[in-house]
Formats: sequence, C-alpha cells, structure tokens
Amino acid sequence: MVNLISQLINLFASVLLIVAFAMLSQRRILSLIHLFTLQGATLVVATVLIAYSTGQTHLYVSAAMTLLLKVILIPLLLHRLINRLNVRWDIETLFNIPTLMLIGIGVVILSFYLASAISNLSATIVRSTLGIALAIVLLSFMMMITRAKAVPQVIGFLSMENGLFFAATAGVYGMPMIVELGIALDVLVGILILGVFMFQIRERFDSLDVNHLEKLKEN
Amino acid sequence: MATLLALFGIPLAGAVVLAFFGARPRAAMLNAAFSFGTLAMAILVALRVVADGAFLAFNQQLFIDPLNVFLVTLTAFVGFTTALFSGPYMEEERGRGKMTPPRMRLYHAMYQLFTLTMLVALTTNNMGLLWVAMEAATLTTVLLVSVYRTAASLEAAWKYFILCGVGIAQALFGTILLYLAADRVLGEGAGALLWTNLSTVKAQLEPTIMALAFVFLLVGYGTKVGLVPLHSWLPDAHAEGPTPISAVLSGLLLNVALYALLRCKVLADAALHSRLPGNMMIGFGLLSVVTAAFFLSRQKDVKRMFAYSSIEHMGLMTFAFGLGGPVANFAGLLHMTVHSLIKSSIFFAVGHAAQRAGTQAIDGIRGLLTISPAVGWGLMLGSLAILGMPPFGVFASEFLILTTAMHALPWTTPVLLLALGVAFAGVFQRVQPMVFGETSVARLKHQPALLPVFAHLGLGLMLGFYIPPYLTGWYRQAAAMIGG
Repeated sequence: MVNLISQLINLFASVLLIVAFAMLSQRRILSLIHLFTLQGATLVVATVLIAYSTGQTHLYVSAAMTLLLKVILIPLLLHRLINRLNVRWDIETLFNIPTLMLIGIGVVILSFYLASAISNLSATIVRSTLGIALAIVLLSFMMMITRAKAVPQVIGFLSMENGLFFAATAGVYGMPMIVELGIALDVLVGILILGVFMFQIRERFDSLDVNHLEKLKEN
Repeated sequence: MATLLALFGIPLAGAVVLAFFGARPRAAMLNAAFSFGTLAMAILVALRVVADGAFLAFNQQLFIDPLNVFLVTLTAFVGFTTALFSGPYMEEERGRGKMTPPRMRLYHAMYQLFTLTMLVALTTNNMGLLWVAMEAATLTTVLLVSVYRTAASLEAAWKYFILCGVGIAQALFGTILLYLAADRVLGEGAGALLWTNLSTVKAQLEPTIMALAFVFLLVGYGTKVGLVPLHSWLPDAHAEGPTPISAVLSGLLLNVALYALLRCKVLADAALHSRLPGNMMIGFGLLSVVTAAFFLSRQKDVKRMFAYSSIEHMGLMTFAFGLGGPVANFAGLLHMTVHSLIKSSIFFAVGHAAQRAGTQAIDGIRGLLTISPAVGWGLMLGSLAILGMPPFGVFASEFLILTTAMHALPWTTPVLLLALGVAFAGVFQRVQPMVFGETSVARLKHQPALLPVFAHLGLGLMLGFYIPPYLTGWYRQAAAMIGG
C-alpha cells in the first residue's frame, strides 16, 4: 500500500513537471490560466497523498489552503482580471519553442544533479521529488524571463511559488503552520497588488506589454 | 512583554488610523507621533537588552539579542526622523498635484506598515517568519514606490516587484533546505526553524544541504541587499518613489536584508567548517563596490547617483562581514549605522533641493547655497561624509575595513581604494556645482524640515570622533555573535 502511494506521489510529481513544461510553451493566456489551475489541483492531490501516507495531519490543512487559494481564489481572480482587461483571447508570440524546450530539459537535468546530493540524505518517502520541485521553480523562472506580457509573467511567478510549496511538502512534509499561513497571506496580497498594478499600467501605457517598461535605462 | 506588544502595536495601529485619516491636514504629525511611539518602545526594549541580555518572547517566536536590538533602535530612529522630513516634503508634493487624498492615506498607512514589517523581520526568531516579513516589506514598499502613478514610477515598481519577488523566492527555497537540514538534527516540528535552536546545533547541520541552502539564501536576500549583479531594481526604485521612501529604503530596508543574510551566514559558517560562505560574500561585496563606483559617475539623476552609492556601501559591508573576525564585523556594524544615518540625511537634503529646482536632474540643480544655505551645506557635508572624509564615522569604519583587508586579503585593498577613489571623484564633481555657483532654484512654500538632516549628520560626525562605550560594547557583542 505504502509502495503504491509513493508511486502515485511520484506520478503526480511528474504531472507537475509536465504542466510546467506546458506552461513554458503555452501562448494563449486563457489556456495558461487553465494550466495553472491544473497545477494547483495536482499539488493538492499530491499533498493529500503525502499527508495520508505519512500521517502528517497538518498537511491536510495546507492541502485545503492550497485548494482554496490556488485552485479556486487565484484562478477566479485571474479570470476576472483578463476579462476586465479584455485580454482573454490574447495570444503571445513566443519565438522558437523547440529551443525553449531543449533549454528546459537542460534545466531539469541540472536540478536533478543539484538535488541528488540532498535527496540521498532526505528521510522522506519521496526522494526524487526535490529535484522535480527545483526544476519547476527554475522552469517558471525561465517562463518569466521569456514572456513580454504582464499576465503570463505573474502566472510564472505563481507557478514558481507552487514549485516552492511542493519542495516544502515533499522535502520536509511542509513548513511549520505559522510560516505557511504567512506565505499564503503574502501570495494573496501580492496577487491583489499585481492586479491593481496591471490596471494602472494599462491606463498609463494602453497596453500590458512589459516591453513598454524599459524606459529607465542606464544613460 | 508589554513593551514588545507596543513595539508592534503602535505601527499597526498607526497604519489602521492613517488609512482613514491619512489625508487630514495634521496627518503628517500623526504619522510622526506614531513613529515616535515606536522609537520610544524600541529604546525601552534596547535598555532591557543592555540590562539583562538577550531574551525570548511570545512562545519563542521572538528573539531579541544585541545584534538585532541595535538595528531595531536604528530602524525606529530613522523611521521617526524620516517621518519628520516627510511632513513638509509630502505637503509640497501635494501642493504640486502629485499626491491626492487617497494617495496620502495609502502613503501614510504603508509607511507605518513598512516599519512594522521591518521590525518583525528583525526580531523574529523563526527563519520562516523572517522570510515572510521580508516579502511583506517588499509588498508594502512596492505600493510606496508607485504612489505617484507616473509611467516611470509604475515601471520602477513593476521591476522592483518582479525582481525582488523572484529573488526572494530563491531565499524561500533556501529556507526550505535549511529546514530540511535542521529536521535531521532537531526532529520535525515548528522548533526546527527557530534560530536559537538552530544556532545550538549549527555545527551538526548537514554540510551538503547547508552549502546549497546558503547559495539560495545569498542570492535571495542578496537581491534585496542590492548586490551586483542582482541590483537592477534598486536605482529605479530609489529614483522614482517619493524621497522619504528612498531614504528609508537605503537607510533601513537594505540593512534588514543584510541582517537576514548574516543570520544565515552564522549557521552556514558553523555547518560547513570552511570559509566558503565568507568567500562568497567577499566576492559579491567586492563586485558590488567596484561596479557601483563606476556606474555612479555616469548618472544624470541625483537620486539614482546616491542609489548607486548605496549599492557601493552595501557591497562594502557585505565584504566586511565576509572577511569576518571581530574587527571586520565591528567595522561592518559601524558602517551599517553611519551609512544608514548619513545616506538618509543626504536623501532628505536631495529631496528639498530637487523640490526647489523642480527636477531631479543633476544639471538642473545649481547653486543651492544662494537660496538655501542650510540645504546646500547639508548636501555638501552629507556627500563628503558618505565619501569617507574624516572626521565623519564612515571614515572610521572604512579605515577599519581597509586595514583588516590588508591583513587578510592584501590584493583586495588596491581594488577597494580604486573604487572608493572613483566614487569620490564621481560624486564630488557632481555635487560641487549643485551647491556652489549660479543658482537655478526657487523658494518653497513650505518651510523644509532641516532638523533631521543635521541631526543625522551630527550623529555621523560624533561616531567618527567618539563611540559611546555602551555602543562599543554592543557592537563587540554583536560582532562576536556573527563570528566568522
């Protein structure tokens, strides 16, 4: 039984990694939000499985929090945001997706290499997941670099936070409750501020293209 | 206990009250009054540490020791004087239509919340909460930087948010790794992230995990310190936000981020049994000093120029703490204090000067002495002080850092001297015509608050001549705690 569950956890971890790759190459903003919701949902399932197999009851609480925050609240906010900003059907031009994927694979290998030294020391049932978590963080980082629009950049940021949450859950069975509450609060406040920001940026520049935000350069 | 509650309660209450009344005519005084209350509580807490030594509070979640209580006092003090400066400055900005009543409410409320987040970051014993508070400090200052809603300020705030957000996410990964290393020794549970527990077992923490953790923590908190090459948010955020915010960003927030890094370094040093963490800090520090010194002399905006000077000085402190040992740590702590005092006084003077001239461009500010000798002298003396002219305190700390470097790492001394020389030439050459010569500036409607400028310069001058014995004792204890 335990074996089956740890297999399942590994399965969901790889789903998370695949979703991160899909996000990297997804050009439609709407699909990006769907992928982000899927990532959140996978995270919830993985957290519940880890909680069940280890008997760490506080992980159920963080799974519930993730469900509320990242599967329901934030996607809802993002949907409202893209409707009000009228970018629901926006498609971004991304150059050279195959190259992006290849670099992504390199990033995954690097993450596994960095994490392998630690995974061997980790006492938790899920060893390879730390490498996956680090890979998700770095892939999200890549996504933020390659995007020129504000909304995908923010989704990249949130996906990075998902990767960190997964690292905490799989690597150390979750951070202490008080810290997790603090992180959740920061994320929520952050997304609200970013939402307000996007309206201000659009009002000022008539576009959500972050490339407009390059006036402040070194002389 | 009651004092500690008040230390956090006063800025929190201030934020709530000012969120409603922050646009009233007396709001600036109210803001200063709340900041003064915070300062009074900080002094009470400091007196307790001086009398009884370090103590824990609130179920071990807070830990006050000589290292952080000195930063708490400094933060509360500069927070108070900046609130004094902010009154007439923001009144003038409001008169020019840059601030509306809702923006004034937001500004005052966020100012108090920002103080609160820094105090929490400094006093918490929990490495996880330290991260939460640092992120919260970013969130509050993002709103402060963008408060004018101009194209440039929105850009600066967006960059600040994204870059610091990404940076600080790395620090969270580092914290998770730290927890991973800790729970192998301390067992699971909330106690494993408490700094006091970690520091008792720091030598047993797994070196491989700690090495990786420190790299992530250094990159993460280093972004907030403004270390090159992670610094690109800093000049924009300083230049485009209101000047009181530039003063507290440079004078306080960068210090708090460096403090977070120091706490991590203490653990990594002991766990790794090697000089790796120190050497990494030396590398980042040296790179920051040199790069910033050269960029400094290319700036056309006076606030950007002094923002680069902040990067230079943060680099110097990082370098000093990287060297480690009682003298370099002492010098680093002294430099933290004088830099924070003098840089904020420079921003006060620059703020008044830019308002008089109606521009932040260096070329547009000319001959301050003719119209306002006080602002002119404030800017001149402040610049000389920050450039390390004796007898100001910066000279003392830079001298100590350089002499230690000469013993420990001789090859760095010429590099540092060259960078300091370039910075001197760059800043002096630009400040000189701003102060002397034909004037281009006009009179202001509101009487500027010059007391904070000269109070800070006076303290900076005093620290150059004479450091009170209790302060020396304090620095020594803190320096010993950082070790290295």
